[in-house]
Amino acid sequence: MSRRLASQVRVDISTGKGETSGSPKRAFPHRVPALAEFLDASFVIDSFSMTESRVSYTLDSTLESVDNAEQTATRIAMEAGFTEEEVMQISMAVREAAVNAVLHGNAYDPDKKVKLDIETTGRELVITIRDQGKGLDPAKIPDPLAPENLLKTSGRGIFLIRSFMDEVQIHPSLTGTEIKLVKHVPGSSGGR
Amino acid sequence: MTMKASTRQVDGVAIVDCSGRITLGEGSVILRDTVRGLLGKGQKKILLNLGDVSYIDSSGIGELVSAFTTVRNQGGELKLLHLTKKVHDLLQITKLYTVFDVKDDEAAAVQAFK
Repeated sequence: MSRRLASQVRVDISTGKGETSGSPKRAFPHRVPALAEFLDASFVIDSFSMTESRVSYTLDSTLESVDNAEQTATRIAMEAGFTEEEVMQISMAVREAAVNAVLHGNAYDPDKKVKLDIETTGRELVITIRDQGKGLDPAKIPDPLAPENLLKTSGRGIFLIRSFMDEVQIHPSLTGTEIKLVKHVPGSSGGR
Repeated sequence: MTMKASTRQVDGVAIVDCSGRITLGEGSVILRDTVRGLLGKGQKKILLNLGDVSYIDSSGIGELVSAFTTVRNQGGELKLLHLTKKVHDLLQITKLYTVFDVKDDEAAAVQAFK
């Protein structure tokens, strides 16, 4: 069974195997995600779409989704040519953002979803995670490096995300929070 | 890789050999239960060997802090042993490296307990 998802990508949703056709040479020739792998790992996908350089997933608010968001970002970052340390940083930032969305945003609510978009361009890797919670106000997050907060057992997630990514944008709203993470591709004009 | 923790006794010190991932969920719970179990048995000298910990997230860091303060509040001591580069770097950027007593040598770490 095949489903046309984009003009240049076809994915067999029963096997997860996909192919591209008629596309120009891509800066990030990562393979089409194997949907069957995710299903085996209980990665619940309500919708799946992919364009030439962008994958989108809608995830349940579970710890399994956190693990799989991390694994997906890790694989794509590796295929995009980031160094081992950069891949670790991206992996950790995505994990922390996914934890925020599942735990603090959606509060494990089975009726609320997390949207994960991973986009690769010639210059950067852009990861966007949206939840359906009450909205996170980054201004209200205490500084985890302040002496009075050093021994707190939580509150370091956003700090770690900012430490590991080149750009971080947090957009809170009444219908949820969107966090956009950007890592510049090594050697590109957008990089260091 | 799921987090695993096994405990051995050396000269009155409980050495907890940790491996795998200390992350939100099972990993953090295993660490918490292990430390609480030791405290419940009156064991207040605890050395966490993190040499085989491949990954730790902010929840795991929080669990280390919780273990440290819980042991200290009960009059005990908790030290860390054999940090991997990843864990070392994380403790550095979170300014926790100087909060914990971090050791590189097991025998010296055991001797360092009062």
